[in-house]
Amino acid sequence: MKSAVIVFPGSNCDRDMAVALEKVTGHKPQMVWHQDHDFDTVDFIALPGGFSYGDYLRCGAMSARSHVMKEVVRRAEDGVPTLGICNGFQILTETGLLPGALMRNADLHFVCRDVKLSVENADTLFTQDYMEGEEILIPVAHHDGNYFADDDTLDELEAEGRVAFRYCADVNGSQRGIAGITNAKGNVLGMMPHPERMIEPALGGSHGRKLFTSIMNRLG
Amino acid sequence: MKARIHVTLKNGVLDPQGKAIEHALGNMGFDGINQARQGKFIELDLSETDRDKAETMVDEMCRKLLANTVIENYSIELE
Repeated sequence: MKSAVIVFPGSNCDRDMAVALEKVTGHKPQMVWHQDHDFDTVDFIALPGGFSYGDYLRCGAMSARSHVMKEVVRRAEDGVPTLGICNGFQILTETGLLPGALMRNADLHFVCRDVKLSVENADTLFTQDYMEGEEILIPVAHHDGNYFADDDTLDELEAEGRVAFRYCADVNGSQRGIAGITNAKGNVLGMMPHPERMIEPALGGSHGRKLFTSIMNRLG
Repeated sequence: MKARIHVTLKNGVLDPQGKAIEHALGNMGFDGINQARQGKFIELDLSETDRDKAETMVDEMCRKLLANTVIENYSIELE
């Protein structure tokens, strides 16, 4: 499985993502700088966490309009599996690949701790190695993770099984406890928690590993 | 020509920073604040001199970057 990790100025989880991908798939991902217009054909694209462009204007707003994202959007629309973690999720909503927006946490505090998630849909290419309803412990580290969308969009996400993960208890004020969603085609996942930080016991747990094995098992 | 853009959260979208400002002002003894909402102010100095063209261009800028219309409204003043 060939993968690419997109790196923006201010990304800070790009190397964690690269380590997770290499440990799970056995292949080093290509690191792609935000000013690149094009990159190798890959089976999988990851948008890492961080504070790209210093969160100027809105989290993810600048990155979503960068050169490389035009290419990422084109490939994601063509069906290339694309994962956005934390800031990557914010970027995906800013490009319109995923609906809604991530707002300031409802209590205004930066939240940085391990949280329990429930796997709401185990029938996506990102979650197929989990069991439906499985509870997993994954870290969050964000100031703007409060998922917002209008009621019609939320109803649609739920009816179509596009809520991949939900927080077991409120973390940031997200509507309907949403922690991660997919696009209608199911090839794009955005989530605030960091599965790449939980891929082996030495990191405090391995509950995030199955997300990467799911992708690998689907893509080969 | 100058363009002044106000970006504000839509009604019904929770504004926790506005709420914190409202509480702080209340704590400082400023009474009678029904609501505080926080937004952004952006000023652009444009070389365009045609008002209609400038308005069309700035409106496109707002839709494509300056505001996230999922959660925000914007207004434009030209001078």
